[in-house]
Amino acid sequence: MGKIEWAMWANEQALASGLILLTGGIVGVAGQFRNWQFAAYGIAAGIFICLLEYPRGCKAKGNGVQRPGQYCLTVCVKAFGPLTRNYYIRALLHAALCVPGAFILCTVLGCVCLAIASIIYLLAAVRGEQWLPILPRAEPREKPGESIKEPPQNPPPRPPAEMRRKRAEDMEGAAYTNPMPVMPNEY
Amino acid sequence: MRNWLENEGLSIFVILVWLGINAFLFVYFYIAFLTDRFFYTRAILGDALPWARAPAACLNFNCMLILLPVCRNLLSFLRGSVQRCSRSAARQLDRNLTFHKLVAYMIALHTAIHILAHLFNFERFMGAQLDSNSTLPYVLSQVGNGDNRSFLNPIRTADTNPTYVMFTTIAGLTGVVITLALILMITSSMEVIRRSYYEVFWFTHHLFVIFFIGLVLHGVGRIVRGQTAESLSEHNPKECSQHYQTWGENSTVCPVPNFAGNPPMTWKWVVGPMFLYVCERLVRFIRSQQKVVITKVVMHPSRTLELQMRMKGFKMEVGQYIFLQCPSISQLEWHPFTLTSAPEEDHFSVHIRIVGDWTEGLYKECAGDKKGVQEAWKLPKVAVDGPFGTASEDVFRYEVVMLVGAGIGVTPFASILKSVWYKYVHENAKVFTKKIYFYWLCPETQAFEWFADLLQCLERQMAEKGSTDFLSYNIYLTRWKEKEAAHFTVHHEAENDPITGLKQKTLYGKPNWNSEFNSIGAKHKGSKVGVFLCGPPALAESLEKQCHSHSQSEVKFIFNKENF
Repeated sequence: MGKIEWAMWANEQALASGLILLTGGIVGVAGQFRNWQFAAYGIAAGIFICLLEYPRGCKAKGNGVQRPGQYCLTVCVKAFGPLTRNYYIRALLHAALCVPGAFILCTVLGCVCLAIASIIYLLAAVRGEQWLPILPRAEPREKPGESIKEPPQNPPPRPPAEMRRKRAEDMEGAAYTNPMPVMPNEY
Repeated sequence: MRNWLENEGLSIFVILVWLGINAFLFVYFYIAFLTDRFFYTRAILGDALPWARAPAACLNFNCMLILLPVCRNLLSFLRGSVQRCSRSAARQLDRNLTFHKLVAYMIALHTAIHILAHLFNFERFMGAQLDSNSTLPYVLSQVGNGDNRSFLNPIRTADTNPTYVMFTTIAGLTGVVITLALILMITSSMEVIRRSYYEVFWFTHHLFVIFFIGLVLHGVGRIVRGQTAESLSEHNPKECSQHYQTWGENSTVCPVPNFAGNPPMTWKWVVGPMFLYVCERLVRFIRSQQKVVITKVVMHPSRTLELQMRMKGFKMEVGQYIFLQCPSISQLEWHPFTLTSAPEEDHFSVHIRIVGDWTEGLYKECAGDKKGVQEAWKLPKVAVDGPFGTASEDVFRYEVVMLVGAGIGVTPFASILKSVWYKYVHENAKVFTKKIYFYWLCPETQAFEWFADLLQCLERQMAEKGSTDFLSYNIYLTRWKEKEAAHFTVHHEAENDPITGLKQKTLYGKPNWNSEFNSIGAKHKGSKVGVFLCGPPALAESLEKQCHSHSQSEVKFIFNKENF
């Protein structure tokens, strides 16, 4: 399984866990269950995890499929630099976040799913993967080729207007050869 | 509108029937738990009880259905028999994967409702045990304390918590396990994971085995309890519930009620499909044991590998696909590939694009990177499952046919065109199809090479027979480099196309579908035109729209799409 990026799957799993934790938390608080404080924690943790995991990273090859509307969150997550780029930290974070969910029934499922996501992130980190943001690439400014050093100061030398007009009967004579070779970039 | 109905009508009907059955089951089982038998259960749980049981019934139904669309050998067999009666019914079987996904979404939805309702149930059962002595729920929870058989509340003591109870009951434990299996299956089936890392999807999806085992065992503990019939005859809940303080005492009318659990029902729903699926895997295994010999390996440009194989008793039709397995690369992986050979040939072939782990492995195993002759025994052993039918089989049933292939999606049409050539050569074969319009959209010129040979052959044959009208093909180059563009411009006037070497010139950019459909519609009034596409979803959408908008009373465009 050489080319698999575990982080992609860990990301899906973590996002799902966040949603499950959030839903369980809402039920616990709305239903006024015993120890509903843990459910309230579930809501907060669930929202945080969803926000963290919503922006998908790009694959090692540089391309990636964006989730709709993820640009703002990508910028936010990117701002934390190595904290969000490194998957060891994410694995640890998810492992820590899942623990309080184990105390009441509503959030237990979210807790276990998050633990699994944490394990997959650990696997991704061990394989050296990193979270890289998908940002719109700035168009590279086309540099002029080698033979164009500076824009010309004077207009090119041309024969008078009368001769310049191409005559249909004399295509050969009207052909104009550029004295200086102009090469475009090779790409 | 009528034509949209013709294309989509049967699908919509099937979906509506399925949704209708779901709705019926939900309501029926909801009401079933509003009876007197569950009066006391509802006294503790409120209406969270029916809210948990109704989706459970729908889950039984959907888990029964979900295994059926992936029994491809069974479907292939069904398709063969149904095709004789109705072509559109047979086409519905092409959409098996879509149906599988729909049922999966429904399972996820009902699982969510079921779990949320049970969260309330556990909480209320616990609450009943923790209540003070003077409430009905508390009294009910004490029933069965002596023999531990006729109890109502599965939480037997106040000295515990719902999480602990969940992990120590069969229903709770199996519930957690199968829900986890379901979640892992769903997250690994997301489009991103499936398209890029197929192996993760395929291996994780086998958790369905755990899912079904857990599902069958889920009800074994009989945790949902209602009053027994015997107890109901002596103790009427509606009358006796007010006097709960004095049940069972000598002077009263109401004895203590007795409760028992429902027997597990799920196995009745799923045992049939599970058996069918086991048969399906058995068939696949038996077929895979048949000996397949690789007779030729050809390496084409743009990383395309062609494998020509022979197998005893292998029969195919145009445009079918097979599943290939190579045990030396992976014991468990089977990957689908369209057959590119015609049924009339003595071998069958596939063209494989090398994009992932498995195809890369196959390339190395077949020594694709080495030049020269390879010993036959050095070639890897492969196993083949199939062939399975898809929409392309229908091509020859239409009088006029439009074939559209994008990039590697042209492969099923390679098979069709080859078959066309063979049929024409043997003039005794009566061909119903009178005209084929072939469109190939390709982003790079190198990909033309292996297909260009085939087209050149066809061109020559048709010229010899004088029937150049039969096949009209258009090749569109959708992307090119500056250097190539200069070359094209210069050789624009040449007799043969500079890229393909064919007399038919390559066109640049994307086709103008509107004008194509218009001209074909005008030329073939009064006939049904089959439109076959193998390509990306965006193209499918635009072609489907064109089919709908150009289908008028004189000419009908029927859209068929292939996908893996």
